[in-house]
Amino acid sequence: MEASITLKKIKEGFGNDVIEVDSPFQQDTVVIAPSALLPVATFLKEDPELQYNYLMDLTAVDYWKRKPRFEVVYHFLSVANSFRLRLKVPVAEPEPKVDSLTSLWPGANWYEREVYDMFGIQFTGHPDLRRILLYPEFEGHPLRKDYPIKRRQPLIGPKH
Amino acid sequence: MKAMEESTVLDAKVLELNMGPQHPSTHGVLRVKLKLDGERVVDAECIIGYLHRGVEKISENRSYIECVPYYDRTDYIAAVSNVYGFLLGVEAMMQIEVPKRAQYIRIMMTEFSRIASHLLWLATHAIDIGAMTVFLYCFREREEILKLFEALFGARLTTHAFRVGGLWKDLPPGFVEAARKFIDEFPERVDEYEQLLTKNRIWMARTQGIGVISGKEAIEWGLTGPVLRGSGVRHDVRKDRPYGGYEEFDFDVPVGENGDTYDRYLVRLEEMHQSRRIIQQVLDRLPDGPVRGKAPKIVKPPVGEYYSGIDGPRGELGYYIVSDGSAHPFRVRIRPPTFISLQVLRRLVKGHLMADVIAIIGTLDIVLGEVDR
Repeated sequence: MEASITLKKIKEGFGNDVIEVDSPFQQDTVVIAPSALLPVATFLKEDPELQYNYLMDLTAVDYWKRKPRFEVVYHFLSVANSFRLRLKVPVAEPEPKVDSLTSLWPGANWYEREVYDMFGIQFTGHPDLRRILLYPEFEGHPLRKDYPIKRRQPLIGPKH
Repeated sequence: MKAMEESTVLDAKVLELNMGPQHPSTHGVLRVKLKLDGERVVDAECIIGYLHRGVEKISENRSYIECVPYYDRTDYIAAVSNVYGFLLGVEAMMQIEVPKRAQYIRIMMTEFSRIASHLLWLATHAIDIGAMTVFLYCFREREEILKLFEALFGARLTTHAFRVGGLWKDLPPGFVEAARKFIDEFPERVDEYEQLLTKNRIWMARTQGIGVISGKEAIEWGLTGPVLRGSGVRHDVRKDRPYGGYEEFDFDVPVGENGDTYDRYLVRLEEMHQSRRIIQQVLDRLPDGPVRGKAPKIVKPPVGEYYSGIDGPRGELGYYIVSDGSAHPFRVRIRPPTFISLQVLRRLVKGHLMADVIAIIGTLDIVLGEVDR
């Protein structure tokens, strides 16, 4: 039931930007073009019927042999309806970049910093895009598939 | 301590003070850079990552079964429920059926782990604020739960509780009686904590009106679990999307009104009572039968992705699993509830006193192993 409402509404409103719609394992999934991310997210949040007011998760996956290489994955929740939706945005190399959702959800801040830290994906409009779990001198982005798991980096001591 | 630019320490208006990373009240290795005007907090910045072990990267290089013990060690205070979330995802992808008895035992142990986790939270939160006795009382009860864990799982902390398709082995002899004894005595014990704290004037002064966040704001910041429910939002995955058999049990989801530290304390206390109710029902209705379903020796979920979220003691713990059809996960993303709640610290402490920072860190119930992963 719920699958049809959300997916239908997105297809109606953003038909040209929707790349794929699917519900694997009964989990609604929509793939949209990166340019449509902010309008779609705003629509999901503000539509009175859907009310996806909760950004549950934000992460990325590195499909390194595919083109476009990255996929930024958003999980939304509507607290009122208890709907859930997975929104995916393909992001291409060489300069992976996607709009930031911090203007809609302040909580997106650390999620996006983590994705930047681990994958090197830039978020346009993010107020403070820095590494979060790793230290500034760290080279590379460890969750990329071409980052070797056994690579060592020098230990940086405290500076002050 | 470092004074701001163009001033000496003596005439500086704003002082920068490092709290942590090695400070007991930061519950691990959290470093908070505080900007203080006298005792008032002007700004705070969290610096995390001291405990980062790259669990998500490690997962990509291990088989599904080998991954499980690593998730024990993310949130080490509630290791049982961590494993539960991941296994539910894998089982849903592979359509493995878990026998009823195993489902019931899983729920019972998850609720025990919630009680143990809340007890540890209450103990440390109270001792941070200055109530020493509660600490000793809580550890007395937690010890009993850890003994139950040891009897069933063979370990107290890093339990590696569940297996794909059910449990490793059935309950040992005497377990049900011991569990029953614990839950029969437990309400009295909670009353003891309440006597010490709930109407205690010092406790109330230290927690009421501290770190207030409204329900709407809590949603926008992505808070989950008791922190969200303390602000009056009735959201619980166990009710919204019952998983693993929760729909068969009767329990309430407590919510607060004011969204302050005191309300979150009350919510967590009530959650312990509700967990006890669930365990009582499990023990009363525990069915017979096998504890492990038919699961293949090599776990290979079909190509696809799955998000499995459970309500852990600290909030929604999600596992986003991407499978490429091989025996190793292509990607596992852990949605850590406390990573998200920690970022609201900056918003909560502004304008409060230095001592309240300790209370607010305590009320968020962070576990740095999970924040940093």
